[in-house]
Amino acid sequence: MAGAVFTPIAARPAPAATVGALGWVRANLLSSPINALLTLAALYFAWKVIPPSLDWLFFNATISGGTVAECKTAGEDGLIVDAPGACWTFVKVRFLQLMFGLYYSGNLDQVWRPVLMFALFVGLMIPLFVRSFRKKLLLGAFIVFGFPFVAYALVHGEWLGLPVADTDQWGGFMLTFFLASVGIVGALPLGILFALGRRSQMPVIRAFCIFYIEMWRAAPLITVLYMASNLLPLFFPSEVDFDKVARAMIGITLFQSAYTAEAIRGGLQALDRGQFEAADALGFGFWKKSGLVVLPQALKISIPGIVNSFIELFKDTTLVLIIGLFDLLNMAETASRSPEWKGYDLEAYVFTASVFFVFCFGMSKYSQALERKLHTGHAR
Amino acid sequence: MENGNTENTEKPAQNGGAPPQNGNGEMCMSLNAVNKWYGEFHVLRDINLEVCTGEKLVVCGPSGSGKSTLIRCINRLEEHQEGRISVNGIELNDDLKHIDEVRREVGMVFQHFNLFPHLTVLQNLTLAPIWVRKTPKNEAEEMAMHFLKRVKIPEQAAKYPGQLSGGQQQRVAIARSLCMKPKVMLFDEPTSALDPEMIKEVLDVMVELAREGMTMLCVTHEMGFARTVADRVIFMDEGQIVEENNPEDFFNNPQNDRTKLFLSQILSH
Repeated sequence: MAGAVFTPIAARPAPAATVGALGWVRANLLSSPINALLTLAALYFAWKVIPPSLDWLFFNATISGGTVAECKTAGEDGLIVDAPGACWTFVKVRFLQLMFGLYYSGNLDQVWRPVLMFALFVGLMIPLFVRSFRKKLLLGAFIVFGFPFVAYALVHGEWLGLPVADTDQWGGFMLTFFLASVGIVGALPLGILFALGRRSQMPVIRAFCIFYIEMWRAAPLITVLYMASNLLPLFFPSEVDFDKVARAMIGITLFQSAYTAEAIRGGLQALDRGQFEAADALGFGFWKKSGLVVLPQALKISIPGIVNSFIELFKDTTLVLIIGLFDLLNMAETASRSPEWKGYDLEAYVFTASVFFVFCFGMSKYSQALERKLHTGHAR
Repeated sequence: MENGNTENTEKPAQNGGAPPQNGNGEMCMSLNAVNKWYGEFHVLRDINLEVCTGEKLVVCGPSGSGKSTLIRCINRLEEHQEGRISVNGIELNDDLKHIDEVRREVGMVFQHFNLFPHLTVLQNLTLAPIWVRKTPKNEAEEMAMHFLKRVKIPEQAAKYPGQLSGGQQQRVAIARSLCMKPKVMLFDEPTSALDPEMIKEVLDVMVELAREGMTMLCVTHEMGFARTVADRVIFMDEGQIVEENNPEDFFNNPQNDRTKLFLSQILSH
C-alpha cells in the first residue's frame, strides 16, 4: 500500500431530529413514554400554579394609597372583604420599618443615615466587579477593615454627633445585613487559622483547634445565641452592659468560623502534597508557604463550601429573634401583626423571602463567577 | 555556576573522606552514619556520603531502596533520626534557621514538577526570589527570563503551568530552582513522569547544567545520562549504599553481585 492516498470523507450535517430545538425537545422532554408523561404532568402543574400566582402577585395586587382600605373591596353581599390580590400597600407603608428598624421609621429626618450607609457600600462594591480596576485588594481591605467603622458611625451616630440610634433599636434588613456581614468577614480569617491549625504538626495547637471546631459544630446556633445573650452577662460584673447586638455578632462569628474552617480544611486536603514540598524546598517559611502557595489554591477549591456556609449563615441570622432582636423576618412578622395590618402575613413572608432570595442567589452566582475567573486550566 | 564559596566553614577533619573526582575539591555536602526509620521500617541504614563542590552524583537502585528518601533528607523534606548531615557547613538539625539556610542553598526538582498551578510560569520563578531572597521584583523577573531562556522556553513565561507539556513543566521547575541560585541541585527522578519524547529535552537541560559546574545529585534511571555526566554512580538497595564507583567501572566492571543483577535487569532491553 505504499502509494495509497488518504482522502478524508466529507463531513455531513447531523440528522435533523438530533440537533436544534426539535432535537432538544426529543432528548430532554420526550425521550421515553415515562418522560413524555412526566412532561405532560409538569405542564399541567405549571398551568394550574403559575397563572394564579401571577394574578395574586401582580395582576390583582394593590400597591396604591397608604391605608389598609386600599386593599379592601366590597363583596357580593355588600360586606367589606380582602381584595383578591396581594396587598403590597402594606409593604410600601412599612418599608422603612422593614429595612431599617423602628428607630429610623419613626425618625424620618434620620433615614438618610442608613440609606447613605447602604449607598456607600454598594458604591464601594461596584469597582470590585470592574475588570480593569487595579486596586481591588486595597479597596477590598478597606471594605473589610474600614467600612464597618464608617457604617457604625453613620448608623449609630454618636461619633459624628448625630442623634444616637442605639443598637437595640436597630432592626429590619439593616440588622440582618450587619449580623451576616460581620459574621462572614470575621469568620473567614478565623476559619483559615483554625483550618491551618487543625493540620498543624504541633499537637497542642492541633488538639485545641479540633476541640474548638468540634465544640461549635456540636451546638445549634440557637443555643449559641441563647448562651451569648443570657449566660455570657453572668460572667461579667453587673455594671458591664455588653451590647446585645455585639454579643449576637460574636456568637455568630465564632459559630461560623468552625464551619468555614471545615470548608477550608477540605480545600487543604485536596491539595497535592507536592505543593507543600515544593514550597518547603524553595525555603518559604510556614506563613509564606501558607499565604503564597497553599491558601490561594485551597481557598479556590473550597469556594463552593465556604459560600455555602455563608449563605446558610445569612439565613440563620433570622434566629436572633430568640434573643429579642428584630431582623428582617422578625420585623416583617411583627409588622403584619400590628392591629392595622393584621392578616397580611403572606405578603410579609413573600417580601422577606424575595429579599433573602436576591442576596443568597447573588452570593451563589458571585461564587460561580469567581470560580470561573480563578480557573487557570490546571488538570490537578 | 556559583563558585564564590565564602560560607564554607566546615571543619577540615570532615574532609578526609573519598578523594574528589572532579570539582575544586571543596566539601559541599557530607552525610555521616545517617539512619532513618519510617515508623518501624528502617529505610536508610548507615549512609556515609561526601560530595565535593562541582561533583555530579547519580543515585540508582530498585524502587523502595531509599534513594529518594536519601536526597529528600538533604533538604529536610524528610527528617533523619541518627547521624549527621551537613550542607555547605550548615548542620541539619532541629534548628529551623539551619533548615531554612540549607533550603536556600539546595534546589530540588521533583518527579511530578510541583509547579504552582495558580501562578504563571514567570510568577512561579519569581515567587521565591522575591519573598525568600527579598530580590526586587524587576530584578527577579529579569533573572527569571534569563533562566527561562536557558531552559529554552522564554516564550511560555505568561502561561500557566497547566497549559504546558510535561517536559516544558519540568524545565520550568528546573529554572524555578535555579532562580534561587542554589549551590547544589537535587533531582528526584526528574524524567520518570514524562512521555518518552520529552525526556530528552529535560536531560539536555540537565547535561548543560552539569557542564556549567553545578553540584548535582540525581536519582534517575537514565543510564545514558549517568554515563555522560556523572562523576560517581551510587547504587542503593535495602537502604544501604551497595556500591559506589565512577561510571566507567560501575557499568563495565561492577563489583557487587547485587549491582550486577540490577544492571543486567535494567540494561537487558
